[in-house]
Amino acid sequence: MISALDTAAIRSQFPILEREVHGQPLVYLDHAASAQKPIAVIEAQREYLSHYHSNVHRGVHALSQQATDAFERARSTVQYHIGAAHLEEIIWVAGATDGINLVSQAWGREHIGAGDVILITRMEHHANIVPWQMLAQEKGAKVEAVDILADGTLDEDDFQKKLKLNPKMVAFMHVSNTLGTINDAQRLTSMAKSAGATVLIDGSQALPHMIVDVAELDCDFYVFSGHKAYGPTGIGVLYGRKSILEAMNPWRGGGEMIDEVSLEKGTTFAGLPHKFEAGTPHISGAVALGVALQWLTGVGLKSVMEHETILSSQARHQLGKIDGLQFIGSAPSTSGVVSFIVDGVHPYDLGTLLDQQGIAVRTGHHCTQPIMDHYDIPGTVRASFGAYNTLQEVDSLVQGVERALKMLR
Amino acid sequence: MNAELQSRQEEIVEEFSFYEDWMEKYEQLIEMGKELDALPDESRMDEHLIRGCQSRVWLLASKDENQSVRFHADSDAIITKGLVALMVRVLDGLPPKDIAESDLWFIEKIGLDKHLSPTRANGLHSMVQQMKRYGVAFQAQ
Repeated sequence: MISALDTAAIRSQFPILEREVHGQPLVYLDHAASAQKPIAVIEAQREYLSHYHSNVHRGVHALSQQATDAFERARSTVQYHIGAAHLEEIIWVAGATDGINLVSQAWGREHIGAGDVILITRMEHHANIVPWQMLAQEKGAKVEAVDILADGTLDEDDFQKKLKLNPKMVAFMHVSNTLGTINDAQRLTSMAKSAGATVLIDGSQALPHMIVDVAELDCDFYVFSGHKAYGPTGIGVLYGRKSILEAMNPWRGGGEMIDEVSLEKGTTFAGLPHKFEAGTPHISGAVALGVALQWLTGVGLKSVMEHETILSSQARHQLGKIDGLQFIGSAPSTSGVVSFIVDGVHPYDLGTLLDQQGIAVRTGHHCTQPIMDHYDIPGTVRASFGAYNTLQEVDSLVQGVERALKMLR
Repeated sequence: MNAELQSRQEEIVEEFSFYEDWMEKYEQLIEMGKELDALPDESRMDEHLIRGCQSRVWLLASKDENQSVRFHADSDAIITKGLVALMVRVLDGLPPKDIAESDLWFIEKIGLDKHLSPTRANGLHSMVQQMKRYGVAFQAQ
């Protein structure tokens, strides 16, 4: 199989890949949790902190203006990257979790009332479950979840059926962090909107691996974390449709998000996007995330997706030959996430012995306990691929699993 | 310190000194895990459960006619079960006071301390704490 990417050239941009773990070369297969950082991103953060750090939007001095320019330039990089119509539709948040909490609080507390239905799916990450449960508990609303089929595909019949409950909000993940399932987000959005719902998509597992276009998806909200997309931790993005964001009240109060503050007359709020960005933002994070997205575009997201698909199909092909190994999630359309269990072997044992061989995978429930309940398993072993992984690393994974199983069985 | 506790720890340190790398140490732990009898299902109850992050550990303790503490333990993950077997081997049958006050120096000596940090996913740290707590509780009886 010929890969679409020059992985050697890409790997040379990631200093961390030179290190060893337990005396073995690092094989990093935990991209669904977080991606490593290319030099461009590391340098962007270092340069910001060394040359033009200052607070944004409020200084007349040169540093503040440079910092503000870079911060706002990063916002427009995000806008073009995801195809948003307006710059002010891009809100900086701490990560996908923070973005969903913003929507559940700022939008949810105004629009969700007693007896209303919020529709999610059984494959959601806890970040797209718990904020809705908290809102539902406060308002006396109900959270309903769409079922999944045995292979980890979303049950579209059940989705249709539950749309008849007239949910006010439909929130679902674009790509599953545990099953690898790629949901047909455009189709699901269109169905949900026809039923009159507002739609939020958790794009954490999609954005680093495929081209995302919010105009095409036609969703109302789209969230993602920067650190899974080769950017820093602590920064992420909430995209919101302008008309909806404009009608929403702020969530957090503080500096940056005000127009005028008076102890006598009360406070008026700033316009978009700043009314949702109280306090000093993660400036270096935003700047470096902009660089990370440019880096991804430079590599080519279409090639990244092709490459990761080759790696994961090869991993599925080779792992599938191992006696007693079963994939959790084998939908027709999957990302670079491969989750599996082995008869009579605890995922923790397998993960520990892989780690000892320098192979970083994730074991456990991956913050998706409802999926574990669905399959009645304690957890899975999950390998998730990134742009710089190679077919040799797939071989290392398979050999590592075989060696570990020899010891465990 | 209890002489028996000392000699048990010395014995384990000697055993582990034969292994050159960690894969071999893990092999030994896995063997220990396989040799430890599984608890009957009725003992694998939530009230005996020590919550680790990923693997589950069950621990039961009682006092025998000599006023010594007897431990029975199990885990659903085999490496954790090996670690559990090691702890039971060191502390089983000792007087409550010696367990409560035990200095388990062998853990660091054989390089197991990194597995004992509370942030590790195997629940071993909680298990050692719980064994010592049983020592304290039985002392008071």
